[in-house]
Amino acid sequence: MSVNEVVQEKEKEVEQNWEPKILVFACTWCTYAGADLTGLSRLQYPPNIRILKVPCSGRVNPQFVIKAFQKGVDGVLVAGCHPGDCHYTSGNYFTRRRFLLMRRLMEYIGMEPERFQNRWISAAEAPKFQQVITEMTEEIRALGPNRKLRDDQW
Amino acid sequence: MKRVGVFVCHCGSNIGGVVDCAKVAETAQDYPGVVYAVDNKYMCSEPGQELIKKAIKEQNLDRVVVASCSPRMHEPTFRRCVESAGMNAYFMEMANIREHCSWVHSAEKDKATEKSCDLVKMAVAKAIMNKPLQKATIPVTDRALVIGGGIAGIQAALDLANAGHVVDVVEKEPSIGGKMAQIDKTFPTLDCSACILTPKMVDASSHPNINLITYSEVEKVDGFVGNFDVTIRKKARSIDMSVCTGCGVCMSKCPSKVDSEFEMNLSKRRAIYTPFPQAIPNKPVIDRDNCTYFKTGKCGICQKVCTLDAIDFTQEDELVVTRYGAIITATGFEQFDHSVYGEYGYGKYPDVITGMHFERLINASGPTMGKIKRPSDGKVPKNVVFIKCVGSRDEAKGKAYCSKTCCMYTAKHATLVTEKIEDSNVYIFYMDVRTGGKGYEEFYNRTREKYAAQYIRGRVSKVFKQGDKLIVRGEDTLLSRAVEIEADMVVLATAMVPQEDASKLAQKIGIGYDKDHFFTEAHPKLAPVETHTQGVYLAGACQGPKDIPESVAQASAAAAKVCGLLSKSEMLTEPIISQVNESICVGCGLCVPICPYKAIDLKTISERDHGNIIERLVADVNGGLCQGCGACTVACRSAALDLKHFTDQQILAEVNALCL
Repeated sequence: MSVNEVVQEKEKEVEQNWEPKILVFACTWCTYAGADLTGLSRLQYPPNIRILKVPCSGRVNPQFVIKAFQKGVDGVLVAGCHPGDCHYTSGNYFTRRRFLLMRRLMEYIGMEPERFQNRWISAAEAPKFQQVITEMTEEIRALGPNRKLRDDQW
Repeated sequence: MKRVGVFVCHCGSNIGGVVDCAKVAETAQDYPGVVYAVDNKYMCSEPGQELIKKAIKEQNLDRVVVASCSPRMHEPTFRRCVESAGMNAYFMEMANIREHCSWVHSAEKDKATEKSCDLVKMAVAKAIMNKPLQKATIPVTDRALVIGGGIAGIQAALDLANAGHVVDVVEKEPSIGGKMAQIDKTFPTLDCSACILTPKMVDASSHPNINLITYSEVEKVDGFVGNFDVTIRKKARSIDMSVCTGCGVCMSKCPSKVDSEFEMNLSKRRAIYTPFPQAIPNKPVIDRDNCTYFKTGKCGICQKVCTLDAIDFTQEDELVVTRYGAIITATGFEQFDHSVYGEYGYGKYPDVITGMHFERLINASGPTMGKIKRPSDGKVPKNVVFIKCVGSRDEAKGKAYCSKTCCMYTAKHATLVTEKIEDSNVYIFYMDVRTGGKGYEEFYNRTREKYAAQYIRGRVSKVFKQGDKLIVRGEDTLLSRAVEIEADMVVLATAMVPQEDASKLAQKIGIGYDKDHFFTEAHPKLAPVETHTQGVYLAGACQGPKDIPESVAQASAAAAKVCGLLSKSEMLTEPIISQVNESICVGCGLCVPICPYKAIDLKTISERDHGNIIERLVADVNGGLCQGCGACTVACRSAALDLKHFTDQQILAEVNALCL
């Protein structure tokens, strides 16, 4: 077997067992609390997400998102309070602007912009949290593994 | 190397029924830094906490990760727990494997276990990076500022003063009292507004702990909770307050007459005036825009007639800076400018008036001495039409919200019309009748049944003049037909809107406001009188439409919050705030406008550079103001700003851990 064949073999194997890995940056006040409520309401969603708590969605540096993609995460969701409802008054407005720029950057570098999403989920919107996570997991599953940015190309 | 202990909780079967907790603990043993990992039935229980404390001592742990429920539930519990074992509270991290895992993946046990392992790994990676944080103490000034001297402001000031705190009340008008002083009767009891308000005004003015600063406005607010430095502009009253006795001779002799704002322009006042006879302080003020002396330099009659020499034309605005521990905003409301409803003919027909005009018309001390006379010709109106929701619940022209009080005050007006005018007919055009409140529905029913007010469900399309009558054309949607009513007078129930300069004041103080410029509370349910700026509280209609009982209740609630704050001479501050690395800060100032709390300023530092002393600008975070949102950290182009406890390093460590 040539090296190429080994790599292809390996790729196949990985792809068969591949499950989307999605990182969720959740703001403490709305989305993290919304995710808590989803749990309290026992609303089920795919176990592909890992929630990282930040004080405000405005704390999420685009650098974190790029880093996550480099490390092999397949999708990133930044979720916070609805515009106008930010606990810190204006944090999510910055998130929104940064999000738009990020999407442009992702298109520019040739990565599917759907891998990076931004949603407003309040502390009361458990069904919405469930729906967003379910839909996003399916979307990322359809896109397949993130190969474009990850450091250790298989 | 850090020594991390991992404690996995079963939470009975809540977690243990889905997640293989023993396996999570076992896997955690292999994570970098972990020296001890154990699972337990109930970590938050007494034995569970003892287990953690014991392990900290025996295993010599310097970081603790608890994998259990949401930190929103038990973070304080476990922080206290590690603290009592001698560890810094912020060395404890939590992995949420209940709400975020076992409860939402109950059918996929293996996946849930795998996810729990990942969450623990992320928490461990972060915990290793955690720095010890200390709550700082800041002094608290035992003095409160109430902005606005209406019923809400007066109530808050009285409650605070009775609790032993010194209160300053700033009121922009020459007298306290606010809108309630203009109102005639109050629903649903129909007791007279002045009779219940004026004693409170007197109490406020005579209270040794209350200091009324009328005819003044807040110019600037600096500082932070416990230590607000507020600049108050005392507008020139042109009267020496210490000498004036309020005898009123000057007011009776003044030759210039202008429309009285208090009487809704229905009568005249003088250029030297008190807004109303029961004004507090009952000392006049010179309206310089309308005073002949200030306009032409001639007159000065008031000065001549004043036997006490209290008139001082040379007085100037005075700026006073005072330090306060807390601020209550109680700036109240204004009436919606309904001139956008051209079809109702306001301004064109003098007999189309607003609810507040009507209050003055029926008030015994008002321009008509309590006789309802229509403004155009002084005739007593027989047919009175009320139009509700003028500006409220109308997104196209007005405001989307319900002003809440109009249904009740229109019912009150209808009652008063039928009581005062014999053989009168009252028609009320409404969209819905909303009478939530104690005794309100009963009052409304009485208005319909006993006083025979005719409620017509529908909007008015046009009001026009025919002879000396006003024809009100509208629709009765319940009968699906057009109606036309010959009216002698039309009263519009206009929406309640915040003060025109409310947004400016909010910006000065640094609190939020919504799209309608009402001030926003910290939480609509659980923190309705707090704002997102610590130490600033809300009372009354500045937060949203409210009637008198609600304003009073909220004012007392705000006062109770302030009492809690001022009862201690020092307070603890949250240590999760931004910090500046001065050595790499370039002083670009990008962070300054981004901060919603005005917590960042630029300061000049001097340092040694190649043997020379140079001065340069760097960002400076005010720990008392910073609330720890982290918006500035992302804006910082040189990465000099970082948020304690959520540093770039910590978040990236979590991201890394997830992907390993």
